[in-house]
Amino acid sequence: MGIEGKRVSDTELPGGPPGAWALEARGLGKRYRRGWALRDCSFRLPAGRICGLVGPNGAGKTTLLKLAAQQATATEGRLATFGVPAADSAALPRFAYLGQDKPLFKRFTVAETLRMGRELNPRWDGAEAERIVRAGDIPLDARIGTLSGGQHTRVAFALAFGKRPELLLLDEPMADLDPVARDEMSGLLMAEATERGTTVLMSSHVLTDLEDMCDHLLVVARGRLRLAGDVDTLVPAHTLVTGLAEDGRAPAALDAHTVIETRVQGRQFHALVRPAGELSDDWETAEPSMEEVLLAHLRAPDAPALLTGASDPDAEGNSAA
Amino acid sequence: MVVFRIDRRSGVATYLQIVRQVEQALRMGALEEGDRLPTAAQVAAATKVNPNTTLKAYRELERRGLAEVRQGAGTFITRSLARAESEPDSPLRAALAEWMTRAQAQGLGPEDVRALFDSVHEAAYPAGGGSGS
Repeated sequence: MGIEGKRVSDTELPGGPPGAWALEARGLGKRYRRGWALRDCSFRLPAGRICGLVGPNGAGKTTLLKLAAQQATATEGRLATFGVPAADSAALPRFAYLGQDKPLFKRFTVAETLRMGRELNPRWDGAEAERIVRAGDIPLDARIGTLSGGQHTRVAFALAFGKRPELLLLDEPMADLDPVARDEMSGLLMAEATERGTTVLMSSHVLTDLEDMCDHLLVVARGRLRLAGDVDTLVPAHTLVTGLAEDGRAPAALDAHTVIETRVQGRQFHALVRPAGELSDDWETAEPSMEEVLLAHLRAPDAPALLTGASDPDAEGNSAA
Repeated sequence: MVVFRIDRRSGVATYLQIVRQVEQALRMGALEEGDRLPTAAQVAAATKVNPNTTLKAYRELERRGLAEVRQGAGTFITRSLARAESEPDSPLRAALAEWMTRAQAQGLGPEDVRALFDSVHEAAYPAGGGSGS
């Protein structure tokens, strides 16, 4: 079991080797005919992280995943996968992508689907792919079109993991699954990613799922990056504050801090802030949960962005090359 | 092999839930010195908990002197929590036995003794944390 401790990555050091970043974006933008889907996006995702990609519908999550998966080309800026330009064919064997619809050939049998995986992927791990399929009691001679939603997703996962990717890009992988299949698939994902040290970037609306699975977060809203960093640093950067409202509003003293969101109920105000120095003793403070931090940012898409640690390529001391 | 159960609504940090469940298993004798804890991958498969969370819990157990992370081999229990204090010849037990003999001598019935014990116990360990029964 070489896994113990393996995840405690040493990639936090600024300007580490190029392979230290599973993804590195600089001024990344994508414009479709209807306008910018993603803009001014700069971040680094350290290798080995299980990263949740969170944002409202239409925020740019799918666009970001597609840019990383060579399903779309950037309009401006740069994106690199393990130091290789994301659009380069050299990046191709290093990632696997599961789009929302997880397209598979309906008329293929499961066995034929796996054979296709072997023929298309030089690093194909057939034993692994077959193990994942068999663990779901899926007959190898069944046609893809006859499988249930959960089985279909399992085969798509088998295809993705059989590729032995270093980076797994998942667009709402569990969205159409029933609760049992969902539980099974997330267990499979977590176990495989842990055993292989795979970096995972996964979009999801189910914040409670993300809370335990992810150690890293990217939050996008209105095509802009809002939060990026390790959960351990992002969440504690915020504080829940409760106190007496002044004239039906949150007190002016709160503005000394970065206020993400305030609400007044009766005589009390509730706020989520990033403290800049000491908070007043008159207020009650508590550490928010990850869900509370995410919800506040989703409700307040114009709050100032925060990139912690090595996530910010432009921070002092972080600039590599 | 212990199986962890993570309660996402408890408000208790996930790594602490793991630490407490290991301690509880130690007290109940479900885990003993030399036992190996599940790997981060096994915990991830069963509970969807991020491996870093499990490793954080194991480091905390190590810090508390209950487990040892052996590189490449896994995490092992190094100390039992089945308390020496509960053994027949321990001083704490002897003192409690003596107290109970005195209570009996003063005519207290079993329910009186239990009520008295419970009230002192509750004052010393508020909010009912820890084992029930």
